[in-house]
Amino acid sequence: MRRLTREQMAARVARDIPDGAYVNLGIGLPTLVANHLPAGREIVLHSENGVLGMGPAPPPDQEDFDLINAGKQPVTLLPGGSYFHHADSFAMMRGGHLDICVLGAFQVSVAGDLANWHTGEPDAIPAVGGAMDLAIGAKNVFVMMEHQTKSGASKIVARCTYPVTGLACVTRIYTDLAVIDVAPGGLVVVDRVDGLAFDELTRLTGVPLRLPSAAATA
Amino acid sequence: MIDKTVASAEAAVADIFDGATVMIGGFGTAGIPFRLIDALLAQGARDLVVVNNNAGNADGGLAALIRERRVRKIVCSFPRQVDSQHFDARYRAGDIELELVPQGNLAERIRAAGAGIGAFYTPTGYGTLLAEGKETRVIDGRSHVLEHPIRADFALIAADRADRWGNLVYRKTARNFGPVMASAARCTIAEVREIVPLGTLDPESVVTPGIYVRRVVAVATSARTRSAAA
Repeated sequence: MRRLTREQMAARVARDIPDGAYVNLGIGLPTLVANHLPAGREIVLHSENGVLGMGPAPPPDQEDFDLINAGKQPVTLLPGGSYFHHADSFAMMRGGHLDICVLGAFQVSVAGDLANWHTGEPDAIPAVGGAMDLAIGAKNVFVMMEHQTKSGASKIVARCTYPVTGLACVTRIYTDLAVIDVAPGGLVVVDRVDGLAFDELTRLTGVPLRLPSAAATA
Repeated sequence: MIDKTVASAEAAVADIFDGATVMIGGFGTAGIPFRLIDALLAQGARDLVVVNNNAGNADGGLAALIRERRVRKIVCSFPRQVDSQHFDARYRAGDIELELVPQGNLAERIRAAGAGIGAFYTPTGYGTLLAEGKETRVIDGRSHVLEHPIRADFALIAADRADRWGNLVYRKTARNFGPVMASAARCTIAEVREIVPLGTLDPESVVTPGIYVRRVVAVATSARTRSAAA
């Protein structure tokens, strides 16, 4: 079994983003997805600070610090792009206008609850940003994370132990081991890395998983 | 004749009083009214309640207000940053109150204040720590949380160009919170790169109509230039 690298995970997510989609990529790991969007698909990236049609970082010395992304890095605008204020931007997010958002996570539960904003530790300074708005507002919420913590605990859990960001909001989970749908009857494995048996994946995950009824695992 | 032009940032912020609620525009490097914040710092008002997306970065702007203990409470969505050391220190010492608000609720609560909306229901935050103690209601089968407007005594914002009526146009993502904050404060003060003669701004492109703006100040260097130089 060979775990996916971060770039391979990003490419795997990008493969599932269709032509014409309006997409928000969260800060951190999900940002990498932008580098892997398949050529030939027109995909419109949204940034919560007020951009649709966001393009890649500008060349050095051509940064414009009035044109930044949600991670506060300089970006560019593609032809057809637009600017808008914060309430409009969040109306897009909260009003169900985005097709897909991709978020990082500490934990996802079998019910699709998401925990990604706060460790809940007593001395931690909480910060939430737009995570709760994306979690409840996008048509599809993709989570992209390592399957396990550094100590080997599964990040897919029966119930989130970290403070939640949103309830029953995650559509699909992409990890370095598998792609898993959050379905009404539980978690469905739609894809897994080469050499990883279903039973072994279930053991590493620690919660019930099932295969699609068609038994096709891509 | 209407002339909202004020000669200096110092004059524009002179009447901000102790205990005032002050909205400050900006996100990241874009749209921060640095000159107005510097003038507010020099002016000396204390016990301020500040509404901003963040809680200050590095040593300038809002971070300086916090460092100088002028801020009693901050309402924001994302205080924790790699360079938010002044907020972090005050918060850990228990010297500053934090109201943490999901970013979309922050924008919409400010918008609601400007639009005369008494309160609104939203699914954002339902079932989370940030909705504890708030009224909830199931609407069309989905759980919502009741959220109230955020009003301010003053809003300090940055725009690109203005005219003497206070009409504003912005530049790129520096627009961010400016338009909604302008509508939600009793006195909105805009620092701009340039004040142009009435009739110069394309009416189809005015983003903040002058009715929302009380004072405009032209500043020698724009926030953009300053942040690029920082």
